[in-house]
Amino acid sequence: MTTPLPTAAAEGAGAPDTTEAPASPWKLALHRLRHQKAALVGAAIIAFFVLAALLAPVLTAISGTRPDTVDKKAVDPYLGGLPRGALGGISPQHWLGVEPLLGRDIFARLLYGAQISLLVAFSAALLITLIGTVLGITAGYFGGRTDALISRFMDVMMSFPSLIFMIALLSVARDVNRVLLLIGVMSLFSWPYIARVVRGQTLSLKHREYVEAARASGTRNSRILFGEILPNLTGTIIVYVTLAVPGLIGTEAALSFLGVGIRPPTPSWGQMISDAVLYYKVDPMFFILPSACLFLVVLAFTLVGDALRDALDPKGSRT
Amino acid sequence: MTTPLLAVQNLAVTFDTAEGTVHAVKGIDFTVERGRTLGIVGESGSGKSVTSLAVMGLHRGATVTGSAQLDGTELIGAPDDHLRTLRGRKMAMVFQDALTALHPYFTVGDQIAEAYRSHFGGTRKAAHARAVDVLGDVGIPEPARRAREHPHQFSGGMRQRAMIALALSCEPDLIIADEPTTALDVTVQAQVLDLLTRLQRERGLGLVLITHDLGVIARAADDVLVMYGGSAVEQADAEALFTTPRHPYTRGLLDSLPRLDAAPDTALRAIPGTPPSLLAPPAGCAFHPRCPAYAATSDTRCTGERPPLRTVAGGHRSACIHDEVTA
Amino acid sequence: MIGYLLRRLAAMAATLLVVCALTFAVFYLFPADPAVQFCGKDCSTERIELVRQQLGLADPLIVQFWHYVTGIFAGQTLGTGQYAVQCGFPCFGYSFQSAQPVWDLMMDRLPTSISLALGAAALWLLLGVGTGVVSALRRGTRLDRTLMVGTIGVAALPVYFTAMILLYLVVTVAGLLPYPRYIAFTEHPGQWISNLILPWITLALLNAAIYARMTRNSVIETMAEPYVRTARAKGLRERRVVGKHGLRPALTPVVTMLGMDLGGLLAGALITESLFSLPGIGKLFADSLNKSDQPVVMGVTLLASFFIVSSNLVVDLLYAWIDPRARLA
Repeated sequence: MTTPLPTAAAEGAGAPDTTEAPASPWKLALHRLRHQKAALVGAAIIAFFVLAALLAPVLTAISGTRPDTVDKKAVDPYLGGLPRGALGGISPQHWLGVEPLLGRDIFARLLYGAQISLLVAFSAALLITLIGTVLGITAGYFGGRTDALISRFMDVMMSFPSLIFMIALLSVARDVNRVLLLIGVMSLFSWPYIARVVRGQTLSLKHREYVEAARASGTRNSRILFGEILPNLTGTIIVYVTLAVPGLIGTEAALSFLGVGIRPPTPSWGQMISDAVLYYKVDPMFFILPSACLFLVVLAFTLVGDALRDALDPKGSRT
Repeated sequence: MTTPLLAVQNLAVTFDTAEGTVHAVKGIDFTVERGRTLGIVGESGSGKSVTSLAVMGLHRGATVTGSAQLDGTELIGAPDDHLRTLRGRKMAMVFQDALTALHPYFTVGDQIAEAYRSHFGGTRKAAHARAVDVLGDVGIPEPARRAREHPHQFSGGMRQRAMIALALSCEPDLIIADEPTTALDVTVQAQVLDLLTRLQRERGLGLVLITHDLGVIARAADDVLVMYGGSAVEQADAEALFTTPRHPYTRGLLDSLPRLDAAPDTALRAIPGTPPSLLAPPAGCAFHPRCPAYAATSDTRCTGERPPLRTVAGGHRSACIHDEVTA
Repeated sequence: MIGYLLRRLAAMAATLLVVCALTFAVFYLFPADPAVQFCGKDCSTERIELVRQQLGLADPLIVQFWHYVTGIFAGQTLGTGQYAVQCGFPCFGYSFQSAQPVWDLMMDRLPTSISLALGAAALWLLLGVGTGVVSALRRGTRLDRTLMVGTIGVAALPVYFTAMILLYLVVTVAGLLPYPRYIAFTEHPGQWISNLILPWITLALLNAAIYARMTRNSVIETMAEPYVRTARAKGLRERRVVGKHGLRPALTPVVTMLGMDLGGLLAGALITESLFSLPGIGKLFADSLNKSDQPVVMGVTLLASFFIVSSNLVVDLLYAWIDPRARLA
């Protein structure tokens, strides 16, 4: 009869989409982000830790300590090897104090621990982005049997108790490169979450007019995937990866805490916490410092990820 | 002079959004008498649904000004506790898509019985019996059995009948039906519309029929209000509107209908352009960017002030400056 | 409904078989020599050979897997002759170090894990769902913003930190509660609570934050549904509109998530159990890791998967019971 316009449900409230579109969604997102104090604080914390990790050799040269140098003079053998001095042995030589027993410098160990934590988390994030995006797009775009196969696989992977399985795998694995092993094992169980989101988005993008038009005009699948679909997924992917990073950092810490992650003498935060738990009553600083680092980094990534989601993916998505 | 069932005066609705204030409805007037059907027609964003929600007091987060009196009782600004006793009981609503408007978790019978009990009390059993009765009234076969089913087990047409049954269950005086047939197949549309008008006549109800479909108006309405960009642009009885449309927008709408008496390959004439943005509406007459009369004359009065509704014939009002010229 | 149940059960059986196969692969294929792994630290060559024979590692892999799977349902005898050991139904492996079937070891620990999981779940539901609902209904207010910022902060707290700070402040400094140890509910309900309250809080905080955010989203989304508007249009009281028509569908995804999280928690609380030295299944797992008692590690891995897969089934059935539309699937 009359032009069948969108239904009445959108009336009034649906006004924003009749306004002119902003120049670019990225600019809009950046604009929104600037007005989020929480996101800025988060970004600053991340920048701080990334810099600290990158500059670890420089900073430890300045402080004059090494992460694995044993300093028996800094601990008191008559007090069961507790650090000498207040607050876990803070002194001009040891800026953040020393470990009980061995007297290794906490400042240096935290810096090198940050290197490991961030390296493992970022590499794993990169890997799951790659695997998750490729499999998610493939499943969503090609559909049919490909989709059924990949989706079933994802379901099975997600019905595993991931932490337990990661530990089991790490405990039987032949001891090669612990860092690579950790990255691999952590990625193995984390990619389905990103793949699922990417698959859903691809499914809805697939039926947009411009994609159908490209397909109808005989554009190659690879061109459509990388030219039309992938660019529209970047926002979502960035949000999910950012939100996956704190989980990965926490998992690395948990694995190292349980003794199946990074092995001594390489320092890692989880390992430090695991050592410190024994001393929580007598040397709380040793325990608080790595925990605080872990807390701050996880918090920072969550803040930024949350703000990114609000800015890039306003509808958000539920787990 | 008796008070009309529903008298709306200078009703305006605004929303505050992050992007600015949206004037969804900009001061409209209409009355609905018992036993008559008012059709409100317009495109998405014309403010027709917002109007109905404002009357019912179901507008969330909107500012409503003006007056709407139901049987002499002021609704706008009334406390929600008071409105609640009127909603469902004195004025009821039939929503567009019964699949989403009915609750997926509860049986159809329970949903009707719940409305009945909330206004009349009584036992569950009595309320359920009442639900079965109204389901029968709206032509649902085996109402006792269907009452125990969930909405997703109903066909589209049956679901919309159940929605109407829900509205009728407390014997309201006024029913507002917002696009009651839009989500249905064409053949079912006619059945549901006929049911609605039959019930309205039998029970002497006032009916407000909101639609974007002039076919629905032609079939069911006694009076018509044409809305565009949040304002009423034309108001007339149905007969006059279809025979002598006055506003260029109404004429555009009528021209875009397919006609049986036209030559088979005549192209339908769509109104050019898109409905106006509510955030940044055009100055003056909201329709001028799409209006053929403005295109022909470039009259500065079209872009100056919003033209008011003026009586152009007995009971026929239109909001166009060119009315004398183009009539 | 019966057909639905059968289909779901079949799917679950298939998933379990895959889980068994993968677990088997991890422990039998991945290590250089499974016998060394299963025997544990400091095993003599003779003992390793004995374990090799008891596990039947000379058999083809498929035969080993067959014995392994059938053992779960029928039990099995490991080895032959005088060195044979009995591993009765359900055989989740045999710990050569403690000379006990893994199943028995796990069942000893199960009550602790169940107490821990249920108490924590009750706590995080109360806190999380309460916060989420309040936040959603007061959306955009200062209270909402404060609560949501709070959930981000709480979610970032490392469990180690929560546990140790609670221990330090409540037990060491204030002396309000005893150092947690497991006391059976049947033995002394009051002490059961006072001993477990700190582990419950530790375990519940993260999930409380996650549930709060999820509940808030879900409630906001549901309250915008047309059927909620219909409930208002019927003239129902706002309390009934929110409580019956809004919250019921809004909390359905919460129920789904609860089921899966509970399933994961029975063996997944290993860090909390380790921090508080509570003898749950997670602690058994962590201890066995340290002792290299591989059969126990494998048994717990399998049991944990079984918990998750079966809780997925329970969740699906629950979902079908709550939402009539799901029964069609």
